[in-house]
Amino acid sequence: MLARSATDLLRDLSVRKLSSVELTQAYLDQIKLYDGQVKAFLHVDPAAALARAKEIDDRRAAGKPMGKLGGLPVAIKDVICTKGQKTTCGSKMLENFVPPYDATVVKRLKEADAVLIGKTNMDEFAMGGSTENSAFFKTTNPWDKSRVPGGSSGGAAACLAASMAPLSIGTDTGGSIRQPAAFCGVTGLKPTYGRVSRYGLVAFASSLDQIGPMAATAEDAALLLEVLAGHDPLDSTSANIPTPEYTKSLSQPFQGLKLGLVKEHFGPGLDPEVEAAVREAVKVYQSLGATVKDISLPHSKYGIATYYIIAPSEASSNLARYDGVHYGYRTDEKQMLAELAAERKSLEAKQDEKGLKNLDTALIRLYRKTRAEGFGPEVKRRIMLGTYALSAGYADKYYLQALKVRRLIRSDYDAAFQEVDFIIGPTAPNPPFKIGEKSGDPLAMYLEDLYTVTANLAGIAGISIPCGLTSGKTTGSPLPIGLQIQARPFDEDRLLRAAAMFQRGTDWHTKRPNL
Amino acid sequence: MPHSYDLIVGLEVHVQLQTKSKLFCRCSTKFGGPPNTQTCPVCIGMPGSLPVMNREAFRLGLKTAIALNCEIPQFTKWDRKQYYYPDLPKGYQISQYDLPMSQNGWLEISDPKKEFAAKRIGIIRAHLEEDAGKSLHDEEHGKADTRIDLNRTGTPLLEIVSAPDMRSTKEARVYLTQLRLMLLYLGVSDCNMQEGSLRVDANVNIHIQGPSGKIATPIVEVKNLNSFRHVERALAYEAKRQYDVWEETGRTIKDYPKQTRGWDDAAGTTLPQREKEESADYRYFPDPDLVPVITPKAEVEEVRSGLVELPAAIRSRLEKTYGISDYDSDVIVLQGLPFVAYFEEVAKLSGDGKKASNWVTQELLRILNDQSITLEQFPLTAPQLANLVKLVAGGEIEITRAKEVFNDMVANRRDAAAAMSALGIAKVDSSELENICKELVAANPKIVADVKAGKQQAIGALLGQAKKRNPNANPNEVRRICLELIAKMP
Ligand SMILES: [Zn+2]
Repeated sequence: MLARSATDLLRDLSVRKLSSVELTQAYLDQIKLYDGQVKAFLHVDPAAALARAKEIDDRRAAGKPMGKLGGLPVAIKDVICTKGQKTTCGSKMLENFVPPYDATVVKRLKEADAVLIGKTNMDEFAMGGSTENSAFFKTTNPWDKSRVPGGSSGGAAACLAASMAPLSIGTDTGGSIRQPAAFCGVTGLKPTYGRVSRYGLVAFASSLDQIGPMAATAEDAALLLEVLAGHDPLDSTSANIPTPEYTKSLSQPFQGLKLGLVKEHFGPGLDPEVEAAVREAVKVYQSLGATVKDISLPHSKYGIATYYIIAPSEASSNLARYDGVHYGYRTDEKQMLAELAAERKSLEAKQDEKGLKNLDTALIRLYRKTRAEGFGPEVKRRIMLGTYALSAGYADKYYLQALKVRRLIRSDYDAAFQEVDFIIGPTAPNPPFKIGEKSGDPLAMYLEDLYTVTANLAGIAGISIPCGLTSGKTTGSPLPIGLQIQARPFDEDRLLRAAAMFQRGTDWHTKRPNL
Repeated sequence: MPHSYDLIVGLEVHVQLQTKSKLFCRCSTKFGGPPNTQTCPVCIGMPGSLPVMNREAFRLGLKTAIALNCEIPQFTKWDRKQYYYPDLPKGYQISQYDLPMSQNGWLEISDPKKEFAAKRIGIIRAHLEEDAGKSLHDEEHGKADTRIDLNRTGTPLLEIVSAPDMRSTKEARVYLTQLRLMLLYLGVSDCNMQEGSLRVDANVNIHIQGPSGKIATPIVEVKNLNSFRHVERALAYEAKRQYDVWEETGRTIKDYPKQTRGWDDAAGTTLPQREKEESADYRYFPDPDLVPVITPKAEVEEVRSGLVELPAAIRSRLEKTYGISDYDSDVIVLQGLPFVAYFEEVAKLSGDGKKASNWVTQELLRILNDQSITLEQFPLTAPQLANLVKLVAGGEIEITRAKEVFNDMVANRRDAAAAMSALGIAKVDSSELENICKELVAANPKIVADVKAGKQQAIGALLGQAKKRNPNANPNEVRRICLELIAKMP
């Protein structure tokens, strides 16, 4: 049962061949069995999930109208606010934060009769590509538990691969949905910026963040996107355009589909097995009638540099509110004040006038200690990067310059989409790597986003779908490989159709690891 | 021998706009609620919350900027001004940095007492931003705790930055008075300084006439100015202080950065504020949570054509239409729009603008001040007062008696006719008046002789006697008739 697609399960639910309670219980059992090793979830509340499932079953039995998800369990990345339930963002800073409100997507999921099965692990504040930056624990890749699931939506992808949920919500700022989807062998869509409301998504980089669906198949992702997408008056950046019925158009065939292969995506650093799988996927499309064309995104080589100016700049500002005053973690005040008093005493004893003058006030020390203790190293690294990039005298050189390059990257895409319908290539340059392999080398970790960040910078849509497995010769066990397809802004319906078309001709999306 | 110097003043005025809800959320902006009862996830900066611009606040800003003759760029955006303070829950204030919603305007100021010539004060920019919360220092129980009230957080503010165009404390005061008046006429703010709806910071330095040219002292920003009087006092103090410091140290604008000082009204001095606040780098950048605001030219014209008549225009219209002095028009306009309307009704109905102006600016205002009441509480309607003014203008009643009638009308809430009959006031028949005068002239040969000898003022004694014979005798008439009679005497 757990290996079946969400769309399939929904059919059984709707004719009452299956109850939401049975289904939810099955996933809870799977979580109980395997999440000890996978560690995809930060919080699961079985009683609440089952109560909700029962309530939906009762309503269906009474013949009441049903929402689109009619009793399907959905896992939610722990960066999205759920009213009355902890939302930690994978950070000690928000370890005990309980939002008083639901994110717009959570509201929509509830209205669609989803069963919220749990909150998934992630890199702290969505900063990272391996979920090793969670303040709580590292999530493992269900295909090889010595490897990372990708990130930052690592828990969201891993819980799907381990069949612990049929649907999952991730967020993508530079590749955080697509790269873990590739690493875990599932389907993950980053919608166009503005397609899904960000209200209630704890911000990392506001101009890049986007919530998106993760699932086994493009069809399931379409079902979930239909629920998530739509204008939200609470988010000024959400697009006020109608949401297509993605599931309806999904099986329409394409005539004369034109695909672009980006020259720059097949350069040095690309793993040969990944390249081979991607080239094989291109052939699949050709066999289905698509024509393929080489294209260039000349400014994509500046993508990482641009991203690592803009994202940390916005993050340094978005994370300023975590200062121990209003909510979240606060340093031990008694201890802090005692330390301060001791420092003052010793400075007075030394008659160190300058030291005394520079000594923190209690307020400044509260800020310092709270932030020093509450944030992990990667978050601190990015706050420092961003603070520097926005400082007087540097903003012109870094932040404003990055905004200019960002516009050029978008123009590259606009030009490319004049020639082709979609751009396809690898999602990540390599298969999932070993836990700890890159954690000492932030730069190597940043290069994980090489093929994905430009979609965020340009604000366009992108999807990652499974397109192969490594042979296992170099990696020990077979590991998933992801194919990335990028589309014009707000072209998700056609993007999902292109992904579904591939999945009708292949079975990579049905492969599941041996737990 | 001290050098002469000019005072140079620019003012930054923060005005709370009178919207029902805050700038980026739907919380109420009402003043005085119990702490932290007018808050929501957005204005307290809850993780995940997002701002949405209040269009009404933008429209009020636009109205004000247009009234201040500002250019309205078609494109404006929001920026984050970043600093840490407990009453700023997001760690940044949403404001406008390099592309404000309006710029390059002016406000004309003039002084009816003619202490300075009418002039235009430049408006560098007027931009919107959100207010911060309030820190309440609770020193009960000897704990010196600070409590934060976030009710005010997110209230829309318009920051109006003037050019350094004011040259005296008087000009600064008149600018503030005129600006406040305009804001009140526009209905965009209640401008209540006690409640913090209007706040003023002053940038001030002096230009000293040195032996080899003009010397500018370092600029000081003066904060904590809680009334217009504080502004005047602080500016006067700063001018002298800066002169003294210059004499002592020779420091000029070139070798010393701008500093911030706070006004201590009780001590009558300004004191330096902490250095950390001076050297702040706000790391401004465009707020990615908000979309830019586009204001089409047509919208600007629509707001412009819908503007109410502004104080300056009303003043010159009153002077032209009713022939009143600029001093009087200033007094009338200062009282606000209802007062202007009242005056105009009295002027029109009585047919004598000048007399109407005298009555409202003197007698009516005296009652309002003495009884501490507003115009709405004043017992006489404009037609009632107009009636009295008309009687005075037509010579039906002389001025001292008219004032008695006015006081009676106010005290007993009745119109002029009723008051006059209660006071027994009636116009004296001209033949009766002539008879009284004849008798008086006949009975006072000494006075007649004095007048004949050129002592005109001697006639005064007759006026008093006439009043005794008939209290309604008009002294001017009595004087005229008596002089005529004496002149005819051999
Ligand atoms: Zn609010």
